Amino acid sequence: MTYIPISPAERDAMLQTVGVKTLDDLFDAIPKTHRFPQLDLPPALTEMEAAAHLADMASSNENVRQDLISFLGAGAYNHYIPSVVDHILRRGEFYTAYTPYQPEISQGTLQAIFEYQSLMANLTGMEVSNASHYDGATAAAEAANLAYAQFRGKRKKIVLSPAVHPQYREVIRTYSQGMGLETVGDDIENSESGPEAVIPHIDEATMLVTVQYPDFFGRIYDYADLIKTAHEKGALVCVVANPTALAMLKPPGEMGADIVVGEAQPFGIPLWYGGPYLGFFTTKKSYVHKMAGRLVGETMDARGNRSYVLTLTAREQHIKRERATSNICTNQGLLALAAAVYVSVLGRQGLREVANLCYQKAHYAAAELEKLKGFSLNRSAPFFHEFVLNTPKPAGEINRYLLDHGVLGGYDLGPGMKNQLLVAVTEMNSKDEIDTLVALLKEM
Amino acid sequence: MNAPENLKYAKSDEWFDPATGAVGISDYAQNQLSDIVFVEILVEEGEELTVGKPIASVESVKASSEIYAPASGRVSAVNKGLSEKPETLNSDPYGEGWMIKLEGGAAGDLMDAGGYETYCEGRAH
Amino acid sequence: MANIVEPTIFELSSPGRRGVTMPASDVPTTDLPPQSLLRSDLPLPELAEVDVVRHYMKLSTFNYSVDGGFYPLGSCTMKYNPKINEDACRLPGFLFSHPLQPAETAQGNLALMYEMQEWLKEISGFAGVTLQPAAGAHGEFAGVLMMAAYHKSRGDTRRVKMLIPDAAHGTNPASVGMLGFTVVTIPSDPRGNVDLEALKAACDDTVVGMMLTNPNTLGMFDEHIEDVIKMVKDCGGLMYGDGANLNALLGIVRPGDLGFDVMHFNLHKTFSVPHGGGGPGSGPVGVSQRLADFLPSPLVDIVEEGDDEIAPLYGFVAPKHSIGRMKAFHGHFGGGLVRAYTYILMHGADGLKDIAQYAVLNANYLQARLRGTYRIPYDRICMHEFVVEGRFDGSDVRALDISKRLMDYNFHPPTNYFPLIVPEALMIEPTETENKDTLDRFADAMIKIAEESQTQPELLHGAPSTTRFGRMDEVKAARELVLCCWLPEGYSDQ
Repeated sequence: MTYIPISPAERDAMLQTVGVKTLDDLFDAIPKTHRFPQLDLPPALTEMEAAAHLADMASSNENVRQDLISFLGAGAYNHYIPSVVDHILRRGEFYTAYTPYQPEISQGTLQAIFEYQSLMANLTGMEVSNASHYDGATAAAEAANLAYAQFRGKRKKIVLSPAVHPQYREVIRTYSQGMGLETVGDDIENSESGPEAVIPHIDEATMLVTVQYPDFFGRIYDYADLIKTAHEKGALVCVVANPTALAMLKPPGEMGADIVVGEAQPFGIPLWYGGPYLGFFTTKKSYVHKMAGRLVGETMDARGNRSYVLTLTAREQHIKRERATSNICTNQGLLALAAAVYVSVLGRQGLREVANLCYQKAHYAAAELEKLKGFSLNRSAPFFHEFVLNTPKPAGEINRYLLDHGVLGGYDLGPGMKNQLLVAVTEMNSKDEIDTLVALLKEM
Repeated sequence: MNAPENLKYAKSDEWFDPATGAVGISDYAQNQLSDIVFVEILVEEGEELTVGKPIASVESVKASSEIYAPASGRVSAVNKGLSEKPETLNSDPYGEGWMIKLEGGAAGDLMDAGGYETYCEGRAH
Repeated sequence: MANIVEPTIFELSSPGRRGVTMPASDVPTTDLPPQSLLRSDLPLPELAEVDVVRHYMKLSTFNYSVDGGFYPLGSCTMKYNPKINEDACRLPGFLFSHPLQPAETAQGNLALMYEMQEWLKEISGFAGVTLQPAAGAHGEFAGVLMMAAYHKSRGDTRRVKMLIPDAAHGTNPASVGMLGFTVVTIPSDPRGNVDLEALKAACDDTVVGMMLTNPNTLGMFDEHIEDVIKMVKDCGGLMYGDGANLNALLGIVRPGDLGFDVMHFNLHKTFSVPHGGGGPGSGPVGVSQRLADFLPSPLVDIVEEGDDEIAPLYGFVAPKHSIGRMKAFHGHFGGGLVRAYTYILMHGADGLKDIAQYAVLNANYLQARLRGTYRIPYDRICMHEFVVEGRFDGSDVRALDISKRLMDYNFHPPTNYFPLIVPEALMIEPTETENKDTLDRFADAMIKIAEESQTQPELLHGAPSTTRFGRMDEVKAARELVLCCWLPEGYSDQ
């Protein structure tokens, strides 16, 4: 199968214009000993064959819509995606365009991203948003880059709550290894500790405090006191937030957060085995020059039309090169569009409904599971749509049993917390599904 | 271009006023950068500077530039209003656009106005 | 004139209007969290589904795209994106698999990832591949982290200098900056190769390595590539290859065979993952044997061998001295890997070589058609792209004007003002998916514009004039910095 639209006669005419005899003659600059290797790849398939092959591969997975009942979350959530989202995403005008370097012929992408920025700023209660990052974890790592730039390297300590997603904490460490940063606060994996355990780590050397909301264990804390303490020490605070929860909960901006980031996959992006997702990044206007990533700003064209451009580009890598805050080049443009369409079509009412359904169903599930002998919940803090279930046996054992019955039980918090299971419930889980989970665990 | 006689100039386009200790960027520099949209002063009052230390970061719509100390000395004043009105660097680079004032130090290897003008002409392409 | 502006979704909002409605709750009601934890207002728009569709449909018509026309944006490889990719990545088995579900329930995904690792190794000649990085720049960062980790593991801590040619993408020095290394810029010689004398002078025992794009951003394959690599390696440095321009090398030469130690792939350029208006991309990284233990974690491997009857069992493994995790989960699986996998599957070895050959033919054909009209500062057989100067003697027309005028002829402009070493650069990459007629129409338009620059320069300065939007005021955007909009004042009280 080929997508090359050139006939042999046209090829020969073109070669003649170029002044060479054969296609191979175009490659004389390549060292002869390594020129034209014979690649060992499977034989080419036609579209029909490829479609069948891919369908086979896809169906050898068990998926959470057709094959499994899922209570697995831990940073990726099974939400309903309204039809209209993918219909818009399938517009070739959107998905086959590139970064809007030429604003005169890219206003579609630019306005959509401007709207995405606006939606995220409104949702988080912050003043500005960028055009997105690769995912929630890298957005959290970019928050550290912002803080590092803000203090010009004079502060080098990050205080990390142990209740931030473990993979996010790993990524923050990967990103910061070259800058000589010190990461403290999360050495104990203990779901019992809340923000009060984080506060004592904050001092005058701290550049950034990172907490999660609701936290990795699903719990909701008001971080106002933590933020106040951090500000007294001169440190910035980054809140990693779940966007669905923000439709119900007090926005971190109201608590005084300096940076609010998170994973916007719940906003119209399929689970897709982990990506691509959409990292959102919002902050205060005063930090905008230190924020990495693309930014769309409103302006006017030569004919007086309101329009949009990429702005403050001089702070990015292609101009600032080694002095840039980050090397980031792309954003997740198409997925920012997905999030914008998702939020628009659900609207303030629909989004509230989604959040409320998640909350109600999770609390029903928690209440029913808690009644089971040997199972319990730590209810020291309110939770949103995810909670830690204390189990009478190792969570791994429970998950294996549930999987035999077609249920993805949840995230195994072992080995550190081996009899604890992180259970997520969304609007996609019917009462019947929850009752099935409860019944299975009762029988176990 | 405009280069007042009473100032000294660095090859990296900063000016230094030996009489007042004021430091800024030249008319040539602001013109090369074009519309300046952001300026951040990187030093604080009381800091001791050596020649060549970065003192500010400037961004226009199409370029970005670091500004270096053309003289040594203690920072006696910082133009705090500049970050609010970065366009001042375009409109009045030798007046309201001053960045910091230095005292008690010595100028680096600087040119006089005539030398600087010749130097800039040589760079035009 | 100001009648084409589309209101924002905030302006289109009307109180009480509904789009998609969610089902009623089927469980007993629980009290909400304490009031102090709840938000008082949710200032988001309210629209009907048809409002949303018409709005985004309208916006889509403001975009230029590969589906709509020729997009010769140099260094970005804006090739046609086969439609089958779109269907493949939306198969329910891919779409609805959770990244943390047990490996035994995700064998289709893991098999695809494993094969993709193997194929990319075969195509590039590397010993190991990670699929985790989310984009080219992300892969570059992973690559530089591995280079740093390699030297550190040997106790070789003096190495702080990264050599980068002057034609390089800005992401190269920015990645190096993120690690606190020093960038040493190496000039190009008059034929667009790395200047060997300058390289020789920079090579010493403080060199981390060199980051080289080859073919470089001038579209030139370095004629002394083996000497360049030998010099860097002789001083103990590692060789980084920027895979941005891999489209020219498929089946032509394998960077691993040439002696590169590490290279990122841009699946969204070379392997037809659509660019999506600026992402998501996908930036796997290949490495030589000596860097394989440092790859980001996790990789996909066979954890239980299969036989004729039973397929092998795939799972995740961690490299011994991994630099760690680059992002949450396993990379851009659905939107990146599945599309690129489909593309490679449909091409095979010969098909991939065809891609490179025709990409290079198209670029050379366009270069030949423009020679004589536009100055070509590095004029020899190019690879997949070439650079011309967008300026003419005795004219004040600039590359920007030419670019904007191309829009009036319904073409997307080339990349302009890059690489930095060519004044008024126009960097043209036609890709292999354009036919001769399109290339001829583009060349004709470029030649016409060159004429206009002499006869009617005001047409170029004022361009574009036939597009829906004119040139933008970028200074206003940067100074006023309006980055968000809000619901109208008093909206929720209505």
